Amino acid sequence: MRPVAVAAIGKTAFGAFPDRDLRSLAVEAGRKCLEDGHAGPGQVEALFLGNFAGPAFVGQSHLAPYVASGLGIQGVPATRFEAACASGGSAFFHAVSAVAAGLYDLVLVLGVEKMTSQPTPKVAEILASAGDLGGEMRAGATFPALFAMIARRHMHQYGTRREHLAAVAVKNHANGARNPQAHMRKVITLEQALAGKPVADPLTLYDCSMVSDGAAAVLLAPLERAAEFTSKPVRVLGIAQASDRFALDEKEDITTFPAVRAAAEKAYRMAGAGPADIEFAEVHDCFTIAEIIATEDLGFVKPGEGGPYCAQGSTALDGARPVNASGGLKAKGHPVGATGVAQICDVTAQIRGQAGDNQVRRHSLGLAENLGGSGATGVVTILGAA
Amino acid sequence: MTEEPKPRSAGVVYTETVVYSAPEAFLKDAPYQIAIVTLDEGGRVTARILGERVAIGDQVSFVEHRDGVPYFRKSAS
Repeated sequence: MRPVAVAAIGKTAFGAFPDRDLRSLAVEAGRKCLEDGHAGPGQVEALFLGNFAGPAFVGQSHLAPYVASGLGIQGVPATRFEAACASGGSAFFHAVSAVAAGLYDLVLVLGVEKMTSQPTPKVAEILASAGDLGGEMRAGATFPALFAMIARRHMHQYGTRREHLAAVAVKNHANGARNPQAHMRKVITLEQALAGKPVADPLTLYDCSMVSDGAAAVLLAPLERAAEFTSKPVRVLGIAQASDRFALDEKEDITTFPAVRAAAEKAYRMAGAGPADIEFAEVHDCFTIAEIIATEDLGFVKPGEGGPYCAQGSTALDGARPVNASGGLKAKGHPVGATGVAQICDVTAQIRGQAGDNQVRRHSLGLAENLGGSGATGVVTILGAA
Repeated sequence: MTEEPKPRSAGVVYTETVVYSAPEAFLKDAPYQIAIVTLDEGGRVTARILGERVAIGDQVSFVEHRDGVPYFRKSAS
Protein backbone atom coordinates (compact mmCIF):
# COMPACT_ATOMS: atom_id res chain seq x y z
CA MET A 1 0.00 0.00 0.00
CA ARG A 2 1.40 3.39 -0.95
CA PRO A 3 0.88 6.67 0.96
CA VAL A 4 -2.05 8.81 -0.19
CA ALA A 5 -2.48 12.59 0.03
CA VAL A 6 -5.31 15.08 -0.16
CA ALA A 7 -4.10 17.18 -3.08
CA ALA A 8 -7.02 19.63 -3.33
CA ILE A 9 -10.33 20.55 -1.70
CA GLY A 10 -13.49 22.46 -2.67
CA LYS A 11 -16.89 23.09 -1.05
CA THR A 12 -20.09 24.96 -1.70
CA ALA A 13 -21.61 26.94 1.14
CA PHE A 14 -24.16 24.86 3.10
CA GLY A 15 -27.71 26.17 3.40
CA ALA A 16 -31.17 26.16 1.85
CA PHE A 17 -30.75 27.03 -1.82
CA PRO A 18 -34.13 26.88 -3.61
CA ASP A 19 -32.59 27.89 -6.96
CA ARG A 20 -29.90 25.22 -7.00
CA ASP A 21 -30.28 21.60 -8.08
CA LEU A 22 -28.20 18.63 -6.98
CA ARG A 23 -25.97 18.63 -10.03
CA SER A 24 -25.14 22.34 -9.91
CA LEU A 25 -24.06 21.99 -6.27
CA ALA A 26 -21.92 18.96 -7.03
CA VAL A 27 -20.38 20.62 -10.09
CA GLU A 28 -19.55 23.77 -8.11
CA ALA A 29 -17.74 21.78 -5.41
CA GLY A 30 -15.95 19.63 -8.00
CA ARG A 31 -14.80 22.63 -10.06
CA LYS A 32 -13.58 24.50 -6.98
CA CYS A 33 -11.62 21.42 -5.97
CA LEU A 34 -10.03 20.96 -9.39
CA GLU A 35 -9.17 24.68 -9.47
CA ASP A 36 -7.60 24.39 -6.02
CA GLY A 37 -5.39 21.61 -7.42
CA HIS A 38 -4.74 23.36 -10.77
CA ALA A 39 -6.10 20.17 -12.38
CA GLY A 40 -8.51 19.56 -15.24
CA PRO A 41 -11.40 17.10 -15.46
CA GLY A 42 -9.49 15.11 -18.08
CA GLN A 43 -6.91 14.15 -15.47
CA VAL A 44 -9.46 12.54 -13.12
CA GLU A 45 -9.17 8.74 -13.28
CA ALA A 46 -12.26 7.92 -11.20
CA LEU A 47 -15.16 9.65 -9.44
CA PHE A 48 -16.36 8.31 -6.07
CA LEU A 49 -19.66 9.98 -5.16
CA GLY A 50 -21.12 10.00 -1.64
CA ASN A 51 -24.89 10.53 -1.69
CA PHE A 52 -27.53 9.24 0.72
CA ALA A 53 -30.87 9.68 -0.98
CA GLY A 54 -30.75 11.66 -4.20
CA PRO A 55 -33.30 9.35 -5.84
CA ALA A 56 -35.77 10.04 -2.99
CA PHE A 57 -34.98 13.74 -2.44
CA VAL A 58 -34.86 14.86 -6.07
CA GLY A 59 -36.00 11.81 -8.06
CA GLN A 60 -32.70 11.41 -9.93
CA SER A 61 -30.86 8.09 -10.09
CA HIS A 62 -27.57 7.05 -11.74
CA LEU A 63 -26.09 9.97 -9.89
CA ALA A 64 -22.34 9.45 -10.26
CA PRO A 65 -22.25 9.59 -14.09
CA TYR A 66 -24.85 12.42 -13.90
CA VAL A 67 -22.43 14.46 -11.79
CA ALA A 68 -19.33 13.33 -13.73
CA SER A 69 -20.91 14.39 -16.99
CA GLY A 70 -21.67 17.83 -15.53
CA LEU A 71 -18.02 18.17 -14.62
CA GLY A 72 -16.71 17.03 -18.00
CA ILE A 73 -15.33 13.78 -16.60
CA GLN A 74 -15.79 10.93 -19.08
CA GLY A 75 -14.48 7.48 -19.87
CA VAL A 76 -13.62 6.57 -16.28
CA PRO A 77 -15.47 4.80 -13.44
CA ALA A 78 -18.08 6.99 -11.72
CA THR A 79 -19.81 5.25 -8.81
CA ARG A 80 -22.17 6.24 -6.00
CA PHE A 81 -21.64 5.14 -2.37
CA GLU A 82 -24.52 5.05 0.10
CA ALA A 83 -24.05 4.55 3.84
CA ALA A 84 -26.75 6.87 5.26
CA CYS A 85 -25.07 9.87 6.93
CA ALA A 86 -21.65 8.23 6.41
CA SER A 87 -22.06 8.11 2.61
CA GLY A 88 -19.37 10.78 2.10
CA GLY A 89 -16.95 9.15 4.53
CA SER A 90 -17.52 5.78 2.92
CA ALA A 91 -16.86 7.15 -0.59
CA PHE A 92 -13.66 8.74 0.74
CA PHE A 93 -12.55 5.52 2.47
CA HIS A 94 -13.02 3.46 -0.68
CA ALA A 95 -11.29 6.08 -2.84
CA VAL A 96 -8.27 6.18 -0.51
CA SER A 97 -8.15 2.37 -0.61
CA ALA A 98 -8.13 2.38 -4.43
CA VAL A 99 -5.36 5.00 -4.67
CA ALA A 100 -3.33 3.26 -1.95
CA ALA A 101 -3.65 -0.02 -3.86
CA GLY A 102 -2.35 1.65 -7.01
CA LEU A 103 -5.55 1.28 -9.07
CA TYR A 104 -5.61 5.01 -9.82
CA ASP A 105 -3.48 8.07 -9.21
CA LEU A 106 -5.96 10.95 -9.36
CA VAL A 107 -9.40 10.35 -7.85
CA LEU A 108 -12.12 12.90 -7.23
CA VAL A 109 -14.27 12.21 -4.16
CA LEU A 110 -17.48 14.19 -4.09
CA GLY A 111 -20.29 14.30 -1.56
CA VAL A 112 -23.64 15.95 -2.26
CA GLU A 113 -27.18 16.17 -0.92
CA LYS A 114 -30.11 18.35 -2.00
CA MET A 115 -32.64 18.11 0.84
CA THR A 116 -34.60 21.35 1.17
CA SER A 117 -36.80 20.96 -1.90
CA GLN A 118 -38.97 18.51 0.09
CA PRO A 119 -41.37 19.49 2.90
CA THR A 120 -40.19 18.63 6.44
CA PRO A 121 -42.40 15.54 6.99
CA LYS A 122 -41.14 14.10 3.68
CA VAL A 123 -37.52 14.83 4.69
CA ALA A 124 -38.16 13.02 7.99
CA GLU A 125 -39.62 10.05 6.11
CA ILE A 126 -36.63 9.82 3.77
CA LEU A 127 -34.16 10.10 6.67
CA ALA A 128 -36.13 7.44 8.58
CA SER A 129 -35.38 4.95 5.79
CA ALA A 130 -31.85 4.79 7.26
CA GLY A 131 -33.39 3.17 10.36
CA ASP A 132 -35.06 -0.23 10.73
CA LEU A 133 -38.39 0.28 8.97
CA GLY A 134 -39.76 -3.05 10.21
CA GLY A 135 -39.00 -2.35 13.88
CA GLU A 136 -38.06 0.92 15.57
CA MET A 137 -39.41 3.17 12.82
CA ARG A 138 -42.72 1.26 12.62
CA ALA A 139 -43.18 1.94 16.35
CA GLY A 140 -43.01 5.69 15.66
CA ALA A 141 -39.33 6.47 16.07
CA THR A 142 -37.62 9.23 14.10
CA PHE A 143 -33.88 9.89 13.96
CA PRO A 144 -34.19 12.52 16.70
CA ALA A 145 -36.15 9.92 18.73
CA LEU A 146 -33.40 7.31 18.34
CA PHE A 147 -30.73 9.76 19.51
CA ALA A 148 -33.06 10.98 22.27
CA MET A 149 -33.23 7.40 23.58
CA ILE A 150 -29.42 7.22 23.36
CA ALA A 151 -29.19 10.49 25.31
CA ARG A 152 -31.64 9.28 27.98
CA ARG A 153 -29.62 6.13 28.53
CA HIS A 154 -26.32 8.06 28.59
CA MET A 155 -27.80 10.40 31.21
CA HIS A 156 -29.01 7.41 33.24
CA GLN A 157 -25.72 5.50 33.11
CA TYR A 158 -23.30 8.38 33.51
CA GLY A 159 -25.12 11.37 34.98
CA THR A 160 -24.87 13.37 31.75
CA ARG A 161 -27.13 16.43 32.05
CA ARG A 162 -29.23 18.58 29.72
CA GLU A 163 -26.67 21.35 30.31
CA HIS A 164 -23.95 19.15 28.82
CA LEU A 165 -25.96 18.61 25.64
CA ALA A 166 -26.71 22.33 25.46
CA ALA A 167 -23.00 23.15 25.87
CA VAL A 168 -22.28 21.27 22.63
CA ALA A 169 -24.94 23.32 20.80
CA VAL A 170 -23.65 26.63 22.23
CA LYS A 171 -20.04 25.83 21.23
CA ASN A 172 -20.93 24.68 17.71
CA HIS A 173 -23.18 27.68 17.11
CA ALA A 174 -20.33 29.98 18.24
CA ASN A 175 -17.99 28.27 15.76
CA GLY A 176 -20.57 28.29 12.97
CA ALA A 177 -21.10 32.03 13.44
CA ARG A 178 -17.43 32.54 12.42
CA ASN A 179 -17.68 30.27 9.36
CA PRO A 180 -18.77 32.11 6.18
CA GLN A 181 -19.84 28.78 4.58
CA ALA A 182 -22.03 27.67 7.51
CA HIS A 183 -25.80 27.26 7.22
CA MET A 184 -26.49 28.67 10.70
CA ARG A 185 -24.42 31.70 11.68
CA LYS A 186 -26.06 32.62 14.96
CA VAL A 187 -24.53 32.64 18.44
CA ILE A 188 -26.87 31.16 21.07
CA THR A 189 -26.78 31.17 24.88
CA LEU A 190 -27.02 28.18 27.19
CA GLU A 191 -30.45 29.44 28.32
CA GLN A 192 -31.71 29.56 24.73
CA ALA A 193 -30.42 26.05 24.03
CA LEU A 194 -32.12 24.70 27.16
CA ALA A 195 -35.41 26.40 26.31
CA GLY A 196 -35.58 25.11 22.73
CA LYS A 197 -38.76 23.63 21.29
CA PRO A 198 -38.97 19.93 22.28
CA VAL A 199 -38.41 17.49 19.40
CA ALA A 200 -38.02 14.20 21.27
CA ASP A 201 -37.27 14.34 25.00
CA PRO A 202 -34.64 15.26 26.12
CA LEU A 203 -33.63 16.74 22.73
CA THR A 204 -34.81 20.16 21.60
CA LEU A 205 -34.47 21.89 18.26
CA TYR A 206 -31.02 23.13 19.38
CA ASP A 207 -29.79 19.55 19.83
CA CYS A 208 -30.50 18.67 16.18
CA SER A 209 -28.38 19.34 13.09
CA MET A 210 -29.66 21.27 10.10
CA VAL A 211 -31.45 20.01 6.99
CA SER A 212 -29.24 21.51 4.29
CA ASP A 213 -28.21 21.57 0.66
CA GLY A 214 -24.53 21.39 -0.20
CA ALA A 215 -21.59 19.60 -1.74
CA ALA A 216 -17.92 19.01 -0.96
CA ALA A 217 -15.03 17.56 -2.96
CA VAL A 218 -11.54 16.24 -2.38
CA LEU A 219 -8.87 15.35 -4.94
CA LEU A 220 -6.71 12.37 -3.92
CA ALA A 221 -3.27 11.60 -5.28
CA PRO A 222 -0.39 9.35 -4.34
CA LEU A 223 1.79 11.27 -1.87
CA GLU A 224 4.72 11.20 -4.31
CA ARG A 225 2.66 13.16 -6.87
CA ALA A 226 0.89 15.55 -4.47
CA ALA A 227 3.41 18.35 -5.04
CA GLU A 228 2.15 18.62 -8.66
CA PHE A 229 -1.14 19.96 -7.26
CA THR A 230 -0.41 21.73 -3.99
CA SER A 231 2.37 23.30 -1.98
CA LYS A 232 0.65 22.02 1.17
CA PRO A 233 -0.14 18.33 0.74
CA VAL A 234 -2.00 16.65 3.58
CA ARG A 235 -1.37 12.97 4.13
CA VAL A 236 -4.00 10.34 4.95
CA LEU A 237 -2.17 8.74 7.87
CA GLY A 238 -4.90 6.35 8.96
CA ILE A 239 -8.40 5.46 7.80
CA ALA A 240 -10.95 2.74 8.49
CA GLN A 241 -14.64 2.00 8.08
CA ALA A 242 -16.61 -0.44 10.23
CA SER A 243 -20.19 -1.60 10.67
CA ASP A 244 -22.30 -2.60 13.66
CA ARG A 245 -25.72 -3.97 14.57
CA PHE A 246 -28.36 -2.05 12.72
CA ALA A 247 -31.19 -1.21 15.13
CA LEU A 248 -30.80 0.21 18.64
CA ASP A 249 -32.81 -2.65 20.15
CA GLU A 250 -30.26 -5.12 18.76
CA LYS A 251 -27.35 -3.45 20.59
CA GLU A 252 -26.13 -4.43 24.02
CA ASP A 253 -25.17 -0.87 25.02
CA ILE A 254 -26.57 2.08 23.08
CA THR A 255 -24.34 4.68 24.80
CA THR A 256 -21.38 3.79 22.56
CA PHE A 257 -20.88 3.24 18.83
CA PRO A 258 -18.77 0.08 18.37
CA ALA A 259 -18.35 0.81 14.64
CA VAL A 260 -16.63 4.10 15.53
CA ARG A 261 -14.50 2.39 18.19
CA ALA A 262 -13.43 -0.33 15.73
CA ALA A 263 -12.66 2.17 12.96
CA ALA A 264 -10.76 4.45 15.37
CA GLU A 265 -8.65 1.59 16.68
CA LYS A 266 -7.63 0.60 13.15
CA ALA A 267 -7.03 4.19 12.03
CA TYR A 268 -4.88 4.95 15.10
CA ARG A 269 -2.82 1.80 14.51
CA MET A 270 -2.33 2.66 10.83
CA ALA A 271 -1.27 6.21 11.74
CA GLY A 272 1.03 5.05 14.54
CA ALA A 273 -0.77 7.56 16.76
CA GLY A 274 -3.12 7.52 19.72
CA PRO A 275 -5.99 9.71 20.94
CA ALA A 276 -3.56 11.88 22.94
CA ASP A 277 -1.76 12.86 19.73
CA ILE A 278 -4.87 14.22 18.00
CA GLU A 279 -4.78 18.03 18.16
CA PHE A 280 -8.28 18.74 16.80
CA ALA A 281 -11.22 16.85 15.33
CA GLU A 282 -14.33 17.22 13.20
CA VAL A 283 -16.91 14.76 14.57
CA HIS A 284 -20.41 13.71 13.55
CA ASP A 285 -22.69 15.85 15.74
CA CYS A 286 -25.94 14.99 13.96
CA PHE A 287 -27.31 15.47 17.49
CA THR A 288 -25.47 16.99 20.46
CA ILE A 289 -25.34 13.62 22.25
CA ALA A 290 -23.50 12.16 19.24
CA GLU A 291 -20.61 14.61 19.72
CA ILE A 292 -20.40 13.73 23.41
CA ILE A 293 -20.26 10.01 22.58
CA ALA A 294 -17.78 10.60 19.73
CA THR A 295 -15.25 12.17 22.11
CA GLU A 296 -15.60 9.06 24.28
CA ASP A 297 -15.47 6.49 21.45
CA LEU A 298 -12.43 8.20 19.92
CA GLY A 299 -10.65 7.86 23.26
CA PHE A 300 -10.31 11.59 24.02
CA VAL A 301 -12.02 10.89 27.35
CA LYS A 302 -13.39 7.85 29.19
CA PRO A 303 -16.99 6.65 28.69
CA GLY A 304 -19.36 9.04 30.46
CA GLU A 305 -16.93 11.97 30.57
CA GLY A 306 -17.86 13.50 27.20
CA GLY A 307 -20.46 15.90 28.60
CA PRO A 308 -18.28 17.59 31.24
CA TYR A 309 -15.35 17.54 28.75
CA CYS A 310 -17.28 19.85 26.41
CA ALA A 311 -18.98 21.90 29.15
CA GLN A 312 -15.61 22.82 30.72
CA GLY A 313 -14.40 24.29 27.42
CA SER A 314 -11.78 21.69 26.45
CA THR A 315 -13.26 21.29 22.97
CA ALA A 316 -13.88 25.01 22.28
CA LEU A 317 -12.08 26.78 19.42
CA ASP A 318 -9.48 28.03 21.92
CA GLY A 319 -9.61 24.88 24.06
CA ALA A 320 -6.96 22.18 24.51
CA ARG A 321 -8.45 20.05 21.70
CA PRO A 322 -10.97 21.88 19.51
CA VAL A 323 -13.84 19.70 18.30
CA ASN A 324 -15.97 20.88 15.38
CA ALA A 325 -14.15 24.17 14.91
CA SER A 326 -16.16 24.49 11.67
CA GLY A 327 -19.46 24.59 13.57
CA GLY A 328 -20.08 20.90 12.99
CA LEU A 329 -23.21 19.41 11.47
CA LYS A 330 -25.15 21.39 14.07
CA ALA A 331 -24.27 24.85 12.70
CA LYS A 332 -22.31 24.30 9.49
CA GLY A 333 -25.20 22.22 8.19
CA HIS A 334 -25.74 18.56 7.35
CA PRO A 335 -26.37 17.87 3.66
CA VAL A 336 -26.15 14.18 4.46
CA GLY A 337 -24.05 12.79 1.60
CA ALA A 338 -21.72 15.81 1.61
CA THR A 339 -20.94 15.73 5.33
CA GLY A 340 -18.19 13.11 5.41
CA VAL A 341 -16.32 14.75 2.52
CA ALA A 342 -16.81 18.24 4.00
CA GLN A 343 -15.18 17.03 7.24
CA ILE A 344 -12.10 16.01 5.22
CA CYS A 345 -12.09 19.45 3.53
CA ASP A 346 -12.32 21.17 6.93
CA VAL A 347 -9.56 19.12 8.56
CA THR A 348 -7.36 19.66 5.49
CA ALA A 349 -7.95 23.43 5.56
CA GLN A 350 -6.97 23.47 9.25
CA ILE A 351 -3.74 21.53 8.60
CA ARG A 352 -2.88 23.91 5.75
CA GLY A 353 -3.53 26.85 8.12
CA GLN A 354 -6.27 28.15 5.82
CA ALA A 355 -9.31 27.93 8.15
CA GLY A 356 -9.68 31.70 8.57
CA ASP A 357 -11.59 32.77 11.68
CA ASN A 358 -12.08 29.10 12.55
CA GLN A 359 -8.35 28.28 12.56
CA VAL A 360 -7.18 26.18 15.52
CA ARG A 361 -3.81 26.86 17.19
CA ARG A 362 -2.23 23.42 16.92
CA HIS A 363 -3.01 21.97 13.52
CA SER A 364 -0.51 19.34 12.42
CA LEU A 365 -2.62 16.26 13.23
CA GLY A 366 -6.42 16.13 12.92
CA LEU A 367 -9.19 13.53 12.85
CA ALA A 368 -12.57 13.21 11.14
CA GLU A 369 -15.36 10.92 12.37
CA ASN A 370 -18.43 10.21 10.22
CA LEU A 371 -21.38 8.18 11.55
CA GLY A 372 -24.10 6.43 9.55
CA GLY A 373 -27.65 5.83 10.81
CA SER A 374 -27.80 5.29 14.55
CA GLY A 375 -24.27 3.88 14.43
CA ALA A 376 -24.35 0.98 11.99
CA THR A 377 -21.54 2.60 9.95
CA GLY A 378 -18.51 4.45 11.30
CA VAL A 379 -15.63 5.99 9.34
CA VAL A 380 -12.57 7.47 11.05
CA THR A 381 -9.78 9.32 9.21
CA ILE A 382 -6.54 10.72 10.59
CA LEU A 383 -4.86 13.43 8.52
CA GLY A 384 -1.49 15.08 9.02
CA ALA A 385 0.85 17.56 7.40
CA ALA A 386 2.91 15.70 4.79
CA MET B 1 -35.79 -6.69 15.10
CA THR B 2 -37.54 -7.37 11.85
CA GLU B 3 -38.95 -10.85 12.62
CA GLU B 4 -42.65 -11.31 13.28
CA PRO B 5 -43.25 -10.17 16.88
CA LYS B 6 -43.73 -12.99 19.38
CA PRO B 7 -46.23 -12.93 22.25
CA ARG B 8 -44.69 -11.14 25.20
CA SER B 9 -45.58 -10.70 28.82
CA ALA B 10 -43.52 -8.10 30.59
CA GLY B 11 -40.21 -6.31 30.76
CA VAL B 12 -38.20 -3.35 32.03
CA VAL B 13 -37.74 0.02 30.30
CA TYR B 14 -34.14 0.23 29.00
CA THR B 15 -34.62 3.72 27.53
CA GLU B 16 -37.47 5.93 26.37
CA THR B 17 -38.42 9.20 24.72
CA VAL B 18 -41.54 11.26 24.17
CA VAL B 19 -41.80 12.18 20.48
CA TYR B 20 -43.17 15.68 19.81
CA SER B 21 -42.06 16.07 16.21
CA ALA B 22 -43.71 13.02 14.65
CA PRO B 23 -43.43 11.52 11.18
CA GLU B 24 -46.44 12.04 8.93
CA ALA B 25 -47.94 8.61 9.67
CA PHE B 26 -48.06 9.30 13.42
CA LEU B 27 -48.92 13.02 13.49
CA LYS B 28 -52.33 12.32 15.06
CA ASP B 29 -50.68 10.46 17.99
CA ALA B 30 -48.11 13.14 18.93
CA PRO B 31 -46.85 13.59 21.54
CA TYR B 32 -46.42 9.87 22.22
CA GLN B 33 -43.91 7.78 24.12
CA ILE B 34 -41.76 5.02 22.70
CA ALA B 35 -39.40 2.82 24.68
CA ILE B 36 -36.87 0.05 24.21
CA VAL B 37 -38.01 -2.68 26.57
CA THR B 38 -35.74 -5.43 27.92
CA LEU B 39 -38.06 -8.45 27.89
CA ASP B 40 -38.27 -10.88 30.78
CA GLU B 41 -37.80 -13.72 28.28
CA GLY B 42 -34.65 -12.05 26.92
CA GLY B 43 -33.92 -9.65 24.10
CA ARG B 44 -35.18 -6.12 23.54
CA VAL B 45 -37.97 -4.61 21.50
CA THR B 46 -38.91 -1.07 20.49
CA ALA B 47 -42.47 -0.47 21.70
CA ARG B 48 -45.14 2.16 22.10
CA ILE B 49 -46.21 3.05 25.64
CA LEU B 50 -49.89 3.42 26.51
CA GLY B 51 -51.24 5.50 29.40
CA GLU B 52 -48.95 6.81 32.10
CA ARG B 53 -45.42 7.91 31.05
CA VAL B 54 -42.63 5.52 32.01
CA ALA B 55 -38.97 6.04 32.97
CA ILE B 56 -35.84 3.90 32.70
CA GLY B 57 -36.10 0.96 35.11
CA ASP B 58 -39.90 0.91 35.22
CA GLN B 59 -41.66 -2.46 34.90
CA VAL B 60 -44.01 -2.60 31.92
CA SER B 61 -46.57 -5.19 30.76
CA PHE B 62 -47.40 -6.18 27.21
CA VAL B 63 -50.85 -5.06 26.09
CA GLU B 64 -51.25 -5.92 22.40
CA HIS B 65 -49.83 -5.77 18.91
CA ARG B 66 -51.18 -3.17 16.50
CA ASP B 67 -49.90 -3.29 12.92
CA GLY B 68 -46.96 -5.36 14.11
CA VAL B 69 -45.98 -2.87 16.82
CA PRO B 70 -45.97 -4.06 20.44
CA TYR B 71 -47.75 -1.79 22.93
CA PHE B 72 -46.82 -1.85 26.62
CA ARG B 73 -48.25 -0.20 29.72
CA LYS B 74 -46.69 0.59 33.11
CA SER B 75 -47.20 -2.42 35.41
CA ALA B 76 -49.36 -2.01 38.49
CA SER B 77 -46.98 -1.82 41.46
